[in-house]
Amino acid sequence: MFTPVQAIGRLTIGYVRNLGRMGWFILYSLYMIVRSPGSPVYILKQMRFIGTKSLFVIVLTAAFTGMVLGLQGYYTLAKFGSEGMLGTAVALSLIRELGPVLSALMVTGRAGSAITAEIGIMRISEQIDALETMALDPFKYLVTPKFVAAMISMPLLCAIFDVVGIYGGWLVGVKLLGVNPGAYFYEMEKSVMWRDVYSGMVKSFSFGVIIAWIGCYKGYFSGPGAEGVSRATTESVVLTSVIILVWDYFLTSILL
Amino acid sequence: MIRLTGVHKSFGAQKVLNGLNLEIPEGKVTAIIGPSGEGKSVLLKLLIGLLQPDSGLIEVDGECMQGLRRSQLNHIREKFGMLFQNAALFDSMSVFENVAFPLQEKTKLTRDEIRRRVLSALEHVGLKNVEDKFPDELSGGMKKRVGLARAVVLDPKIILFDEPTTGLDPVIKRAIHHLIRETHAKFGFTAVVVSHEIPEIFDIAQNVAMLYQGEILQHGTPDEIQASTHPVVKQFISGSLDGPIHVG
Repeated sequence: MFTPVQAIGRLTIGYVRNLGRMGWFILYSLYMIVRSPGSPVYILKQMRFIGTKSLFVIVLTAAFTGMVLGLQGYYTLAKFGSEGMLGTAVALSLIRELGPVLSALMVTGRAGSAITAEIGIMRISEQIDALETMALDPFKYLVTPKFVAAMISMPLLCAIFDVVGIYGGWLVGVKLLGVNPGAYFYEMEKSVMWRDVYSGMVKSFSFGVIIAWIGCYKGYFSGPGAEGVSRATTESVVLTSVIILVWDYFLTSILL
Repeated sequence: MIRLTGVHKSFGAQKVLNGLNLEIPEGKVTAIIGPSGEGKSVLLKLLIGLLQPDSGLIEVDGECMQGLRRSQLNHIREKFGMLFQNAALFDSMSVFENVAFPLQEKTKLTRDEIRRRVLSALEHVGLKNVEDKFPDELSGGMKKRVGLARAVVLDPKIILFDEPTTGLDPVIKRAIHHLIRETHAKFGFTAVVVSHEIPEIFDIAQNVAMLYQGEILQHGTPDEIQASTHPVVKQFISGSLDGPIHVG
């Protein structure tokens, strides 16, 4: 029997230990990327899985996000007689904020969960132990290729999200609601600075690190059996999404 | 030679090994027998450094396995091969790729040489024309054979077998035991076999150690173990329900 104080102590030690393990995991992964990033074949395979296979969901989400921004932005700007600024509003919202965040959340749901499930299944079926018994570092084969692939794929997916979203806003604003097409793109070109693009790219790069980090970590330390993998997958998606949103706030305050 | 001295291992409140002492002689087949849940698989994982003991010493050829950096531990692990209970084949790779993987990663052999060695290892375990199949297309016995081919392909000094015949039918069981004996005779490695297969295991082992309540209860040749008068060993070998081993 534990007293309540012992139970709180045990819980706290558990959380601190987990945090330490998560910290070790990302540091060791980054060290391994520098030391031995893994075969280009593994990295390309992962880029295909994380990047190429996420394209459909990214294009779909981006199109509708841009369209709804066009719709909402038009009615807000029309109140001030500034419909011409619609292109700026859509582009800045997408490039600085919605592009990186929404594309990261989409990739988390599609690829982050799959990364956890794949590594979790390899853990419970002793495939990771098999690598270790061959005196091979599992990070080199399972973790670092995913990190590198996510770091490269996320900014590219974000750029596609931005472009598709801007054309979604154009479709609604210009084609449906009658905003001047010249004004839409001219105002956008005038207002969007290189710094805005840079901050969006930095964000999506860091979100790529977070997706690979939590996805791999949760799979690597997945609990036993199908239930353990299922729990790890759910925790991975929830934790990645929360960390992305919290990290986005801090990064925005630094990059503003 | 592998030597374990005063090895303790617990998982939370559950004590698994309780000051275990054991010497595993070089070049022979040593079988670890004992009731389920007594820590036989844990013992194998300790031997290869997948788990660390809470206290005690594990030495492989005079080198201590504790407190090593990953690179030092990997240096010792290069002496080992392991056949897992469920074979632990990489499910995203074909049979050929599974067996070729250690050769590709640990040697500088040419592609042709790797191919020759993989096919020879597969042939030795009695498998032909399965190179392009994936693990989920194989039967349990075939998976074990591929796992054995992968374990021997680097010609290791020590091979650990974790319940190599669990879940197989009697004919396949006998075939796997025969294969272990043949492979051992051909390659001359030190083998540690964790098994429940009584009395078949006595035919392939030169040494048998009975693990019970976290300690080695008895250690000797198969004949000595079979002639044992210790009530626990007697009950385990006979499979009787009456005796000091409680079921459930």
